[in-house]
Amino acid sequence: MFKIKKNSLNKLYAAIAEAQTLYIPCNVNGKPNFAVWGEGADVDLASLKTVKSAKEVFFPQCEDIVSFKTKGKEITVIDCRKESEDFVVFGVRACDAKSFEILDKVFLSDPVDTFYKTKREHGTVITLACSRPEESCFCSAFGIDCAEPSGDVATYFSGEYLYWSPKTEKGLNLTNSLKNLLEIANDKDNLALENEQKNIREITKKLPLYGLDLSKWGADDLLEKFNSEKWQELSSACLGCGACTFVCPTCQCYDVRDFDKGNGVQRYRCWDSCMYNDFTMMAHGTPRPTQMQRFRQRFMHKLVYFPSNNGGEFSCVGCGRCVEKCPINMNIVKVIKAFGGEGK
Amino acid sequence: MKKVLDIMQKRAKQLLGEGIVNRVIGWKTGEFGYDQTPAVFTSAAELSSLVYDSFSAPNLSKYLIEETKKEGKALVFLKPCDTYSFNQLIKEHRIDREKVFVIGVECSGKVDINSLKSRGAVGVIGVEDNGEKVIAHTLYGDMEFAKDDVLLEKCRSCKGKQHMVFDELIIVNPVKEEKNDRFIGVDALDAMTPDERFEFWRGQLLKCIRCNACRNVCPACSCIKCVFDNQNSGVASKASPDTFEEQMYHVIRAFHVAGRCTDCGECTRVCPQDIPLHLLNRKLIKDMNAFYGEYQAGTDTDSRAPLTNYTKEDVEPNVISDKGGDK
Amino acid sequence: MQVENKEFKPTIVAFCCNWCSYAGADLAGTGRMQYPANVKIIRVPCSCRVNPTFILRAFQRGADGVIMCGCHPGDCHYTSGNYYARRRMTMLFDFLDYLGIEKGRTRVEWVSAAEGARFASVMNEFVKNVTELGPNKRITDLRCKMEKEGE
Repeated sequence: MFKIKKNSLNKLYAAIAEAQTLYIPCNVNGKPNFAVWGEGADVDLASLKTVKSAKEVFFPQCEDIVSFKTKGKEITVIDCRKESEDFVVFGVRACDAKSFEILDKVFLSDPVDTFYKTKREHGTVITLACSRPEESCFCSAFGIDCAEPSGDVATYFSGEYLYWSPKTEKGLNLTNSLKNLLEIANDKDNLALENEQKNIREITKKLPLYGLDLSKWGADDLLEKFNSEKWQELSSACLGCGACTFVCPTCQCYDVRDFDKGNGVQRYRCWDSCMYNDFTMMAHGTPRPTQMQRFRQRFMHKLVYFPSNNGGEFSCVGCGRCVEKCPINMNIVKVIKAFGGEGK
Repeated sequence: MKKVLDIMQKRAKQLLGEGIVNRVIGWKTGEFGYDQTPAVFTSAAELSSLVYDSFSAPNLSKYLIEETKKEGKALVFLKPCDTYSFNQLIKEHRIDREKVFVIGVECSGKVDINSLKSRGAVGVIGVEDNGEKVIAHTLYGDMEFAKDDVLLEKCRSCKGKQHMVFDELIIVNPVKEEKNDRFIGVDALDAMTPDERFEFWRGQLLKCIRCNACRNVCPACSCIKCVFDNQNSGVASKASPDTFEEQMYHVIRAFHVAGRCTDCGECTRVCPQDIPLHLLNRKLIKDMNAFYGEYQAGTDTDSRAPLTNYTKEDVEPNVISDKGGDK
Repeated sequence: MQVENKEFKPTIVAFCCNWCSYAGADLAGTGRMQYPANVKIIRVPCSCRVNPTFILRAFQRGADGVIMCGCHPGDCHYTSGNYYARRRMTMLFDFLDYLGIEKGRTRVEWVSAAEGARFASVMNEFVKNVTELGPNKRITDLRCKMEKEGE
């Protein structure tokens, strides 16, 4: 375990950024979002959640796949794949860190998504334990401990210090390169940190969504849930926007689009939302023509289909971003509860 | 506010019982006391979860487009600002007026939960509003705010407390009209240099994640197929792969609702990135007022909007390119 | 900067209505009146056909200036098309200015079928103004731009 004074953090950022790109939550025009650190960046580690989750670092909203260039009757194909450079993402909360494992199951299983894979291999994840969980948080329902996040390095704020605990080889390598900035934590520090963590776990138990019961969900009773009449009522207010999807750390659907540049085509992929009426649009039309069906798809996927394909693991980490951002306040918590998953 | 809710529930039950309406569209309680969801109630028992307080901000007018396609008459509760949207939708023949029973409810301004949060109220688990003060109960203690400071943008620039259309009104405590200048923000931008304005909008629009919440909540955006969803339009895009895309999206969206936007402020309320979208729409409103005379969309159901009308003496477009200043 | 501007030849898109301005451009051509070759004319049935999306698309694809020409107010082939277009463009141009886009990049001129000389002088002046503004950087799509430069 290492530590660094809070007021020396800028030196730490600078040291990391010197060797590789550093993504860190910054206040960008009034909202916390992951951004590339540079001198004078308005780092915001106090805000609990960035608007967009940390998945954007590994799975950007837009990514070029291939381009085509035409000249007369000739077409040149330009492969946009390239090896990622080493980078660090700092300030990832426990829920977002867990979401990477879920995304791994999707993108790293066969056929492997090379765009994602190269970023995963070259990225070092530094997590940050939560100090003040919020009312919309329910990560504990998925067995996540926000006081003890995973990642290559886990960090914790306590008192005057940021504590630094490398957890993987990648994390150790990074730690070694920053040795001259990090002090070694003593027993007193460890005790203080343990107390801090205990406090955080106590707060977690007081959260309004603590004890959200997911036992009714999972691979079982698929058809029963699918055919339930409750979906109609739950989805009646849904506007069909993609706010929940785009702030979600585990949503991984994307669309592949062509942009006509005039004398060539840029093919790129971009996040898509199952809430949109043109999601999975095919020649014959869309397989889910009503908003109720689209709404049901989103939650069935997260709570039934995904677990049934992935050994019972839910495709939700309880970060609560959708709970905060839905324009009409309909969300996964209300869906879970409607099917009998009452809270405390 | 409690009293208003009691009357609303009583009247809704009556109208349901008498068979005048077969469903009620209102707001339903949420998890934390501030997260209300628009909902359809079909029985007296369900109506016990009807709620109306400082967080009943969602504008229910747009839901009526789909609701009036269904059988029977629906009861809807509309705040003064929502009635403008309702009227505008009637004008555009999107709502069947015969199938709606409108009860106008008083409104003294709705509270912005994000404003509470940005002022340090972390972990809000309940909010009290006594008219003057808003008290947020949080996991880390109570916090008190002056209500005027934490109102939604749309309420800080309220158009007025009068309902433009209603069948019945529920007003217990008439709310005092307060004068405000809703164009202050636009004026401030107009006073900047083009470079400053460009920097401002570039910074704001770059945050856009193209979630389409602003479009989908907008009562004026009632197209069955949006141009940005239409693959054949040539401008469809699900993301902003280039800075141009968000300019395109927001300029065209603002333009498509120009003259139809009632300034209900829902776009700004729902934006997950807090982009001040109302400043786009209000600029167009300000311009239309200045060039073609005062006009407020949604005050009536038969007038012609500025962009579907003309006079022979209209200003020439070159007043813009010829007006002073650099560039 | 000066040198750059001298070399810079802006791409100008001109939307011309079929009945007046396009005929005006024709007249300028048959009369051998000089106007810059970098003005690309797009013929539209009426100035009222010009959707704001057209203007933005032109900028997206590399236009440095966009000008819309129609019949003089009162002379519209369809009686009132240009009156509507006039309001629409006034609103759009002020809106673009509000977003910080240089207002010199947009213009509306009324040119009749008999005004070949006027068409040429309008274009000359507009091209001169846009050339002074330099390349359009604020409302353009970089993906299109890179292609253009890479040619």
